[in-house]
Amino acid sequence: MEDRLRDAVRDLCDRYPDEYWRELDRRGAYPADFVQELTDAGYLACMIPEEYGGAGLGVSEGGVILEEINRSGGNAAACHAQMYTMGTVLRHGSEEQKERWLPQVARGDLRLQSFAVTEPDAGSDTTRIQTRAERRGDVYVLRGTKVFISRVQHSDLMVLLARTTPLEEVEERTDGLSVFVVDLRRAGDALQVRPIETMINHETNELHFDGLEVPAENRIGEEGEGFRYILSGMNAERILLASESVGDGLYFVDRASDYASEREVFGAPIGSNQGVQFPVAEAYMKVRAAAVMRDRAADLFDADRPCAEEANSCKYLASEAAWEAANAAMDTFGGYGMATEYGLERKFREARLYLVAPVSNNLVLSYVGQHVLGMPRSY
Amino acid sequence: MNIIVCVKRVPDSGTRVRVTGDGRGIDTSGVKYVVNPYDEFAVEEAIQIREERGEGQVTALCLGPDEAEEQLRNALAMGADDAVLLEAEPPMDGLTVARELAAELEDRDFDLLLFGKQAIDDDNMQVPPMVAEILGLPCATVVVDLDVEDGRAVARREVEGGHEMVELELPAVVSTQKGLNEPRYADLKGIMAAKKKPLEKKEVELAEASTELLSMREPEEGTDGEIVGEGAEAAPELARRLHEEAKVL
Repeated sequence: MEDRLRDAVRDLCDRYPDEYWRELDRRGAYPADFVQELTDAGYLACMIPEEYGGAGLGVSEGGVILEEINRSGGNAAACHAQMYTMGTVLRHGSEEQKERWLPQVARGDLRLQSFAVTEPDAGSDTTRIQTRAERRGDVYVLRGTKVFISRVQHSDLMVLLARTTPLEEVEERTDGLSVFVVDLRRAGDALQVRPIETMINHETNELHFDGLEVPAENRIGEEGEGFRYILSGMNAERILLASESVGDGLYFVDRASDYASEREVFGAPIGSNQGVQFPVAEAYMKVRAAAVMRDRAADLFDADRPCAEEANSCKYLASEAAWEAANAAMDTFGGYGMATEYGLERKFREARLYLVAPVSNNLVLSYVGQHVLGMPRSY
Repeated sequence: MNIIVCVKRVPDSGTRVRVTGDGRGIDTSGVKYVVNPYDEFAVEEAIQIREERGEGQVTALCLGPDEAEEQLRNALAMGADDAVLLEAEPPMDGLTVARELAAELEDRDFDLLLFGKQAIDDDNMQVPPMVAEILGLPCATVVVDLDVEDGRAVARREVEGGHEMVELELPAVVSTQKGLNEPRYADLKGIMAAKKKPLEKKEVELAEASTELLSMREPEEGTDGEIVGEGAEAAPELARRLHEEAKVL
């Protein structure tokens, strides 16, 4: 099954070569054709249960799909969230909400790939978010600002975390937060979206909510319990994005080893020099080791067992290994690595993001130091 | 309309194949296997015929080892309805394979029997016409265009320097060539559906082969190409060399 899945994703990605991604990167455009084909083929609905029209597969298979996209030279970040954002609805939504949204998400008729948590004054420290959702009769009224919210312009629905009870009035700072599904198609002027330019071709935005009304029936689960709902989705996200880093790492190793074997300087392939060969070999082993940790995390997740340590670890290991591979590849290519037409510099920029997103690697280190190893808290 | 498509498990064309020390086979370690690419044209054609007619059954049939289930699942993922695996290590001998397939096909009801024109591993091109002969069916090989109407099929065949149109009475055997269609890729929906489609495995005892493989060897290392010149000026010299030295023109 896994091999067939890999082959099938590779076949699809083969039709979107380097030039396709390079051209999009140059224009800062969204890979609409690629995402449409991926959607039509059912890949983005792989984790939605069959009863709602998905393939009913796990994070293991989702990871394989994203890994192969990035290994091919593509960028799964354009659409990966369509795969897992629905998890919040699936795990914590009511039966009515699942029936209302999931079959449409599975068909690709509804794009649910935007997830709004981060704010200008609250990134990693999530409980300090200030966006308020105030209940007024049948609606909640949203006011506040979110930042680095991705794919808003290519989403129909967005999952959002807001405070329903002010921080001063709750006993635990993790209380008083609630999760909503916001229908972006009906937001009108009460939501302003300001695109943020970044060093990669990735649509991300600053959002201003100015009295946007969200029907109370769009609240997921209990009021005030939202923080826990968000946390439960993070392990899946970490395992899936670690898979993209694994794919990036293998992309760099593939390119570097090919180029080192072909490119001749001083009458021999440059790869015959250990100074060129060893960094690529080392990066390859580290990427493979990260992939083993990713597989372990995915197996635990899919078996409904605790996996926070493994999910965090694989995210860290994979992003660091991919970054090492990226640098080894850049060194191997020399000046050609900088030339846009080789594709490497684009992937280099893209791979850098995973060291800080969706969670900063320093926070992974604190998690392991404090929660796994029991050392004193640093924050 | 019932269509049976025969598929073979072959090494991927991108795999580096090495001959074993005794020269009697290939080293299978690390070899990636795929559906024989010419058979993919046959599977695609069968599915297209079923889709156009809005009815019918496409059955994939394979003679191969237990692992050939992978290739049958691929055919199912592309859209075949069911599959049958005749479990045996396929010999190099085309006649043995043809006899075994024919024995299975004898009891089956079908209108069209499709093959790829050849398998890319042994390149023998023997099995499709042999099966047709044993079953007493009409046969068209190397087909690049196929029209099926009730009871008859019109096939366009590639022949040296041109095409040949033939009409066959159904049931018939057709072997497919590149150009017939563009085989679809299996997608996730297809892969998931394939897991639930029926796949029957039967162990078969093959008759003793009537040909024996004596030895295999790897091709000589190729010499580097030669650049004759550049642009249009190089054409006359290139044509002369191809004609006089390589003798291909």
